[in-house]
This record gives sequence, C-alpha cells and structure tokens, in this order.
Amino acid sequence: MSELSYLGVPLVRPKVGFFELSSCEGCQLQLLNNEATLLDFLNLVEIVNFREGMSERADTYDLAFVEGSVTRKDEIARLTEIRKNAKILIALGSCACFGGVNQLKNRFRDLEWVKKEVYGDFPIETMEVHPLKDFVQVDLEIFGCPIKKEEVERIVTDLVLGKTVRHPEYPVCMECKANQNLCLFELGEPCLGPVTRAGCDAWCPNNRRGCWGCRGPAEAANLSQLEKIMRTYGFDSETILDRLECFGGFASFTETIRSPAKKTPTRRKKA
Amino acid sequence: MKLSCEVKVHHLTRVEGHGNINISIKNGVVKKAQWEVVETPRFFEAMLVGKHWENAPYICGRICGICSIGHTLASIRAVENAFAITPSTQTANLRLLLKHMETLQSHILHLYFLAAPDFLGTGSVLPLAKTHPLVVQRALRLKLLANDACDLIGGRRLHPTRTIVGGFTMLPEKSELEQIRQRLLASVPDLLASAELFKTFVIPDFIRETEFVSLKGDTDYPFIGGELISTDGVRKKEEEYLAMTNEYCTEGFTSKLSKLSRPSFAVGALARLNNNFTLLHPTAQEISQSLGLAPVNHNPYMSNVAQLVECVQVTLDSVRLIDTLLASPWQEARQPVKAKQGAGVGAVEVPRGILYHYYAFDRQGKVIKADCVIPTSQNHANILHDIEALASQYARIGKQDREIELLAEMLVRAYDPCISCSVH
Repeated sequence: MSELSYLGVPLVRPKVGFFELSSCEGCQLQLLNNEATLLDFLNLVEIVNFREGMSERADTYDLAFVEGSVTRKDEIARLTEIRKNAKILIALGSCACFGGVNQLKNRFRDLEWVKKEVYGDFPIETMEVHPLKDFVQVDLEIFGCPIKKEEVERIVTDLVLGKTVRHPEYPVCMECKANQNLCLFELGEPCLGPVTRAGCDAWCPNNRRGCWGCRGPAEAANLSQLEKIMRTYGFDSETILDRLECFGGFASFTETIRSPAKKTPTRRKKA
Repeated sequence: MKLSCEVKVHHLTRVEGHGNINISIKNGVVKKAQWEVVETPRFFEAMLVGKHWENAPYICGRICGICSIGHTLASIRAVENAFAITPSTQTANLRLLLKHMETLQSHILHLYFLAAPDFLGTGSVLPLAKTHPLVVQRALRLKLLANDACDLIGGRRLHPTRTIVGGFTMLPEKSELEQIRQRLLASVPDLLASAELFKTFVIPDFIRETEFVSLKGDTDYPFIGGELISTDGVRKKEEEYLAMTNEYCTEGFTSKLSKLSRPSFAVGALARLNNNFTLLHPTAQEISQSLGLAPVNHNPYMSNVAQLVECVQVTLDSVRLIDTLLASPWQEARQPVKAKQGAGVGAVEVPRGILYHYYAFDRQGKVIKADCVIPTSQNHANILHDIEALASQYARIGKQDREIELLAEMLVRAYDPCISCSVH
C-alpha cells in the first residue's frame, strides 16, 4: 500500500478493530456494503480485527468500533478488554449508543417474564440492556440504525487527519426541509424529525417514512412542542411513545409521556 | 498417519454471529464433535408483546443485518395474513424483485467475501484485492448492483424504509427500474465468470443423507409464501409451520433447534434447489448441472454452488419481473389497512433458508404473541450432526489438526449461518 499523506504531511494509517456485542451486526456490514468506495476506505486504515470478515486477529488497535449493546455479563468483560486495548473507542450505531431496539425488553421491568415468554422454562442468561457508556468510557458515538456509511467514512477520515469530529446539533427536520420533501405530517404520517439529531440527510422521510428517532435527540430538542404537533395531527400518546422508545435515545423523555399505570422501563443512569 | 487431534475454534470467523467448534479425536475414535452457539439472545418475540401491529415489521426487520429485507417481508406477510389482506399484483412483484436483490447481494457477500478465501487459501478477502483484483472487482460490481436495486425499491439496502403493511410508502421511477434491468442483463457475464471460478474450487468430498425443508413452488421457483415441503415427503400448509419446525432448547445452544422426520434437517439454497430444481430457469439449471449439482444432493459444501445457481436464477427472474412492472402504468403504492383480531403466518425463503414470522393480534391490532423461526436455528442441529459425521469420517482416514479444523470451519461457513439472527 502506498504512503498516506495530507497537504504533504505523512499520515499514520491507524490500526482498526471491529467488534460486536448484542446486535444484528448490520452496522459492520454497512461498511462492506459500500462497494463503490470500499477499496479506498480499506487503503485509509489497517484492519487488524474484523471477525465477520477475516480470520486473522490482533489485540492492539488505535480505533475500536464496537457495535451492539450489553445484554449479558460476559459482554461487560469483553468490552472492558477492548477498552484496554484501544486508544479510541467508538460506539457504532444506536444499539451501542443507546441500547437500540434491544432495550425495548427493559420496559417490562420483569426479566423473568421476558425469558419465559421466549424460552419457557429453559434456563437462559440475560440482563437489562445497557449502552456501552454505562460501563466504559466512550470517546465517540456514531448514531443511527443503521449507521450511514458515508458518515462513518467521513468520521474515520477526520480521525486519520486529526480533525475534530462534530455531529449536527440541529434536527432531521432541517435536512428534510432542505431536501424539499412534503411534510409527512401533511401526509398523515407520524414523524420524529422535529426532535431527532440530523446527520442522516432525512434518510427515512426522503422515502416517505416518518422518522423513528434512531439517532437520538438533537441538541435542545423540544419534546413538549413535538407532542403538541403530534396531537394536532391526531396521533395518540401510544403512537408517540412507540417511536420515542424504539431505540432508547429518548429514554429520559419517555418516562414523562408514559402513563404511570403501564409497565415501564427502569430509569437509565446518566453517563 | 495421524489418528488423534484436537480442534478448538472459539468465535468462528467469517460468519455472522458467535459460534464455537470443538472436535476431539483419540486413536481414531471421536470423543467429542461439537457445534456451540454462544450468542446473546435479544428477545424480539417478547419486545413486540403489547405493541401496535405497525411496529412489527419495523422492529423485526432489525433481527438481522444481512437479511433485514427478508425479515421485514416475512413480518409484513404475517400481519397481512392475520388481517386478510391480499397484496396487489404490483406490490407482490415489487416485493419479489426486492427479495431477489437481497438474495443476490447476500449470496455474493457470502460466496466471495466469506467462503472464497478458504478455497483460495487466504484468511480474508483483503489480500485477494491485491492477488485477484479482477475477482474482487467483479464481486463488488455484482453486490453494488444488488444493493442499488434494494435502495431503489426498498428505500434502503439495510433496514428498508419503503416496505410497509399494505404495500410501499413510495414507488421507484420507471426509468430507474429500466436502468436496473440494463445492469442486470449486463451482469450475466459476471455471473458466468463466477461459475467458472467456482469450477476451479475443490469441493470437499463429504456426503451425509439429510432431510431438506423449503417452500414448494407451483409454477415458479419459490421465495414468498406457499406450501412447505421436505425431501422425506412431509407437506404442510404455511400456517402449519409449527409442525414443520418443532423447536426445542438444549444445552450448548442459546438458539433454539429444530427437527422433523429425523433428528435434524437442513434449510437454505441447497434445500430450495433440491425441492424445486425443475422450476429453475433453464440457464440456471444448465449452470447447476455443469457444476455437478443435481437433486437430491446431500453434500452440505454444495450449498455454495446452490447459492451461485440461485444468483443466476434471481438475476434472470428479476429481468422478467421488471419487464412485467414496466408493461403497465403504476397503480396505487399502498392499500388501506384495517386491523382485526386474529393470527397470521408469513413464510419467506430468505438467503439462508425458510423463515417464519407468526403474530397473534387482539381486537385493537396489538400483538398478543409473536414467534419467529429463523433458518439458521433450523440448521444448527444439522450442522452439529454434519460435524460429528465429518469428524468420524476423518478419524478413520487420519488428517492433520489444521486440515480437520479448516474442513469443519468450511462446513459451518457453507451453511452461511446467521447466528445472531438465530438467537434473536
């Protein structure tokens, strides 16, 4: 491979490892799904650990991308080990950042019932679902279910160049408007675009699908205003809650909307 | 000759999810031959309980990062069957086209990125980019085409956005479909070159008589819905899927396992092909025979070849589907959905085999019960029994540890397991 340089300054190709805890492994696969630029991307980094794609493994790496959430005790140990070996630990995707869809099981507050519903009396080990930051220091979060591969490539490029990585502070609604889409509320679709962090270029609304908030809240997200809009367009609390609680990014807000009589998730400790 | 060996593979690479292989042979006798699944369960079936029907396809598509389109379509079919909704011909054709393109991208990913390195003697596809650049470029070209088509029809290649109960949120432009059609036709030489490449691979000589389960097509090679069939002569209706899957739990597996007429059975490309060979496109049949694959084939390593044949099948059938879609003006993208009390099953042939989603709804259309039976969980017991048979075959002959380890790894990879899916 040729030497990397930027503005004439030689750059070090970082050693990169990909790891997965409880997840669909789709975020890692998104990288292989980037056929057009995959070979360029591979030239930018040295992949030393990628179980899903290669047999060779190494235990020291500059960047560790960790996908998935923590749902069993042995995953805490694996995560701690990865943290020890990595210079920079990156939470890859909504499961790693917020618990993702996995955390939907937390809302029952009764793990024994959850286990029995799926496995009957067969003994199976699980625990309440947590994002990575509940156990280790996370240096960078990449949001989304799935992650947007262009965004990952930009972030990795920034890391290689030593640039600061910044996420948009504004909501998906801004990107959607810029794309000149019809507002989904006008089409009768519920949408979390007004409160969800941008960066996906309004991926779902572009396809006439309301936003489900997979990237978590934008800075200064106005949830009470969202609730007001949703009610104006005739959506009930359950529809709002279904979307807000789907990926865990809005965990701190869902408590206030949920009626006290319902089974509710345990409150997550703030990292 | 070496008659003792120890194989311990912790977290097998180049498969989706976490599984271990343990083989122990002492003086020509197999002491242990295990396939273990240690993946953490995620409890999707519990998550859905109490949720409004609309959540089911959105959440369940996220069971899998490779076949999210297949999961979404199985989930949608289950909901539509429960609500007695029949999709329009246009919707059915678009869904099948989307399904075909997922099959193509998944098979190409498996054949070139996960399986081929074993046959070419490398640990991953990365060195092949240097040593076999044309092969890697061809794989990327085919995968890009399939993924672009998934983006176009489903809105997104992973966790699709446009697929909903009742149809689609929006339709592709016809000119874009025409472009995909052109690219599909142009990809045929790449598929033929892939077949030539696979002819050069030495497929391990291993036969274990197996029961194969899949959908049974009437007039077309089947992918979405229909009757269930096994090579041992079992036939069931889609809604009788429980009689076909017989799930149980056992030590060493966080996934459930399945059985039918024998202690285990297999699903996947080889099962589909074994049960529906005559329904393949003539060109696909020809390529299959040229690669030494004719029904009923009991060599699990031939699953790779079956996937390749299916790549040809779905590519040619996609051209036919696009021609049909282009021949008439666009109809409404979606039909209205009215929830009702009841239950429904959706059986869909996803890349790794037959997948079932089942939901029961109350009067408000909220999920009372959910059940998903995953292809890889149906295959786990068969993988285990194959490893046992493989170990005893080579215990008699005597092989080096590394040789047996590689053959066992290749065997598991041939099933293209999606382990996190199987432990949803």
